[in-house]
Amino acid sequence: MRTLNIRSMLLYAALTLGALVSLFPFYWAAVAATNESGKVFAKPPVLLPGGKLIENIVNLNNAIGIGRVMFNSLVVVVIYTALSLTICTMAGYAFAKFRFKGRDIIFGIFLLSMMVPFHALVIPLFKMMAAWGWLDTYQALILPNLAYPFAIFLMRQNMLAVPDGIMEAGRIDGISEWGLFSRIIMPSVKPALAATAIFLFMYQWNSFLWPLIAAQSKEMYTLPVALSSLFGLSRIDYGQVMAGVTLATGPIIIFFLLLQRHFISGMLGTAVKE
Amino acid sequence: MRTKAYVPYLFLTPALVLFAVFMGYPIIYSFLLSFQTSVGGELTFAGISNYTRLFGDEIFFTALKNTFVIMVTQVPLMLFLGIVLAALLNAVKGLKGVFRVSFFMPAVTSLVAYSIIFSIMLMGDGIINQFLAQVGIGAVPWLSDPIWAKAALILAMTWRWTGYNMVIYLAAMQNISESLYEAASIDGASRIKQFFSITVPQLKPVILFTAILSTIGTLQLFDEPYTLTKGGPSDATLTIGMYLYQTGFRYFDFGYASTLAYVIVVLIAVLSFIQFKVTGDK
Repeated sequence: MRTLNIRSMLLYAALTLGALVSLFPFYWAAVAATNESGKVFAKPPVLLPGGKLIENIVNLNNAIGIGRVMFNSLVVVVIYTALSLTICTMAGYAFAKFRFKGRDIIFGIFLLSMMVPFHALVIPLFKMMAAWGWLDTYQALILPNLAYPFAIFLMRQNMLAVPDGIMEAGRIDGISEWGLFSRIIMPSVKPALAATAIFLFMYQWNSFLWPLIAAQSKEMYTLPVALSSLFGLSRIDYGQVMAGVTLATGPIIIFFLLLQRHFISGMLGTAVKE
Repeated sequence: MRTKAYVPYLFLTPALVLFAVFMGYPIIYSFLLSFQTSVGGELTFAGISNYTRLFGDEIFFTALKNTFVIMVTQVPLMLFLGIVLAALLNAVKGLKGVFRVSFFMPAVTSLVAYSIIFSIMLMGDGIINQFLAQVGIGAVPWLSDPIWAKAALILAMTWRWTGYNMVIYLAAMQNISESLYEAASIDGASRIKQFFSITVPQLKPVILFTAILSTIGTLQLFDEPYTLTKGGPSDATLTIGMYLYQTGFRYFDFGYASTLAYVIVVLIAVLSFIQFKVTGDK
């Protein structure tokens, strides 16, 4: 019994060390956001919150218009998540619950396209958006990647588990195909819908390369782009930058903590047993 | 089934249309662009000249080399750490959820945000060098030395992605039959021996999966070097992804940038294929 205790103490010590390494940068960024710029390099390091948070946020707002930037990020993320979730769920449903000509080929193409890096699409997408006069608009930020292959894949996997009998019964009762999908299938895959929604939300909230290219003016920057522009300046106000980083990270972490059970199991495509 | 034949296509149409316009078409378009060059602002057909240009392009080879150096050090390091953490976590009873969430947390934030945090922590007077000084190690020139800058990128990426892989391994470990370990214990195999002779072989398909995902990710590496090191010092952390961005959006050479995009596509295809062959079932 005693040896077992020492062993599990060592295990916990190793895990705690790992957890501290994982969490420290977040804590440190949040602390730096509440202190003045120079404190970032103070010796010994400042590890407790100060009283400069409001001042840093005001400076941040003067520099990049944080309100507008957060609004942009939110608009893009919310519309994107709602649309993409609908589109990908419909596609996943078609792949999982119907037999039709070309199904396996089309699904194969979707799967294969997951291997294509976004870099290969960036230049044509930029030229298309430029030709349509859509650079610097919300639709340019939202439209690419709406049909997200990984989300289609996740939804298909989860819909495979829904018994066909439910659909048969619904059809006999004279429910329309859309009614069947929206009133019977959707409710029965709620956990998968939640997981996919979280995945899409995080993907879009953190997305950088495309917004960097598609957003031309400061008014259309999303949070990561605005942060990066701020950090690229020759004279960096670190308190202000860290306030921005914390505003970009805080909401997504809270969102994740609230829904982490769904998110982690959804990312794996199956239920993680606990 | 009394379903009409067109019904599944109706459900598929929005995804198909969007996919065709924003993925299918750009893939073909960029392939065509890779055979074009810009002459006085107009794109004209240039045969394979973009592809032959690659061979004489020193910056391209620097970027290629950097990308590979980062890949062959970072991916194994991270996957190994991920498995070890998962095994440790699998062995404890309490607080599992807390640890799992803590380790996964870095994977939730934006690449830009964490790169900014790391670049400030890694600066000359930054907190990491201060910590090293506490344990008697001199200041490391993380961002100004070509080798240490790569190490800085590797460090940051490992921090960001280890927990993500750990969660995948943890899920897979729960499917390994307990009886294998019991039998090994009866035979007197140590925990470490059990880890290498049961856990690792049983996880092989999952390791392959994470190795391919990480390889694809590293070949596309962009956000981190763009923010953390800006590709420097003197191109030491310039990746193919960054070089593509510079070529396309700083010099507006869309043809050559598309060629670079296809180099990444081909590398991903080849390396994934090799990983399948080497690690896959015989």
